[in-house]
Amino acid sequence: MQHNVYASLLVMFLTIYSVRALPLTLIRKEIKSRFIQSFLYYVPYVSLSVMTFPSILSATDSPVSGLVGFLAGVVLAWVDGNLFRVSIGACTAVFIAELLL
Amino acid sequence: MNNRKWFLKGMKDGIPIAMGYFAVSFTMGITARKAGFTAPQASLMSALMLASAGQFAGIGMVAAGAGYLEMIVTTVVVNMRYLLMSSALSQKVRRDVPFFHRFFMSYAVTDEIFGISMAVDGRLNPVYMYGAAAVAAPGWVLGTCLGALLGMIMPARVMSAMNVAIYGMFLAIVIPPSRKSRIIAGVVALSMAASLAFQMLPVLGQISSGFQIIILTLLIAGAAAVLFPIPEEKEEGSHAA
Repeated sequence: MQHNVYASLLVMFLTIYSVRALPLTLIRKEIKSRFIQSFLYYVPYVSLSVMTFPSILSATDSPVSGLVGFLAGVVLAWVDGNLFRVSIGACTAVFIAELLL
Repeated sequence: MNNRKWFLKGMKDGIPIAMGYFAVSFTMGITARKAGFTAPQASLMSALMLASAGQFAGIGMVAAGAGYLEMIVTTVVVNMRYLLMSSALSQKVRRDVPFFHRFFMSYAVTDEIFGISMAVDGRLNPVYMYGAAAVAAPGWVLGTCLGALLGMIMPARVMSAMNVAIYGMFLAIVIPPSRKSRIIAGVVALSMAASLAFQMLPVLGQISSGFQIIILTLLIAGAAAVLFPIPEEKEEGSHAA
C-alpha cells in the first residue's frame, strides 16, 4: 500500500457521497415531463429485478439452493408480501435445502 | 404518520437488510484484511462508504497502490446506478423536505434502502431512511469488523442462507405490485430474463455488474415509460404503492 489508507478512504467517501447526493439535492422540483416521471416510476422495479436474478443463484453454496430460495421468495412475496417474513422465509428455505442436498 | 413512527418503521424494515449486510460485509472484512487493511480501517471504510461493489473495488485499488484520480473515476463508474436511484428518490420524497435532509438521507442511498424507501405508501419521509440506516449500517460495519478480526468462524450454512436475505427483500418489493399490475409483472419478468441473458451471452457477460444494472435499467424502464406511461393524475398520489 503506497498511499495513505485514510486519505484514500476520504477520497472514495467524498466521491461516493457526491454520486448519491447530487441528484437528491439538485433536483428539488417536481419533474413535469410525463416520460421522466414514468421512467423513474419503473426504475426500482427494473433495477431490483436485475440485481436479484440470476445473482441469487450464485449467492448460496449451490445454484439449486439458490433457486429454492428464489422460488420461496417469489411465492411468499406473492401470498404475503411482508418484507421481513419473505426475507426470513427465503433464508430458511435455503438453509433447509442445503441440509437436504 | 409522525416522525417517530416513520423512524421505527424504517428500523423494522432495516432488520432483514442488516442481516443480509452482515453476511456480505463479513466476506468484505476478510477480503480487506487479506489486502492489508487493519480491522479499524476496514470498519471505517464500511461506515463511510456503505457500498458492496464500490468497497470491493476500493480495497483492490488501495492494495494495488492506485492513484487518487483512478479511485475517483472507478468509484463514480462502479456506483453510477446511485445517480438513477437518487433521482428517483428526489421525486418520491416529500416536497417540503429541506436541503439538509436531502443531503443527509443521501448517505442511505444503497440498493436495499432505496428499494424499501421507494416501496412506502405515498411520499417518503427522510426519517424513514434514517431509521433503516440506523439498523442496517451497524450490521454492515459489525460484519466487516468481525470478518477482518476473526475470518471464517460463522458456520458456512448459516452464512450461505443469510446471503439470500437481501434478495428475499427485493422480491418482497417487486412481486406484490406485480400481482396488482400486469405491466409491472411484465417489467419484472423481462428484467430478470434480460439480466440472465446478459450474464449468459459472450460479450455482454464481460460487462461489470454495475454497468449491466445501468444499461438494463435505462433500456427497460425507458421502454416501459414510452409504452406504458403512468397516468397523469398519479404523480401526487401513491407512487409505487
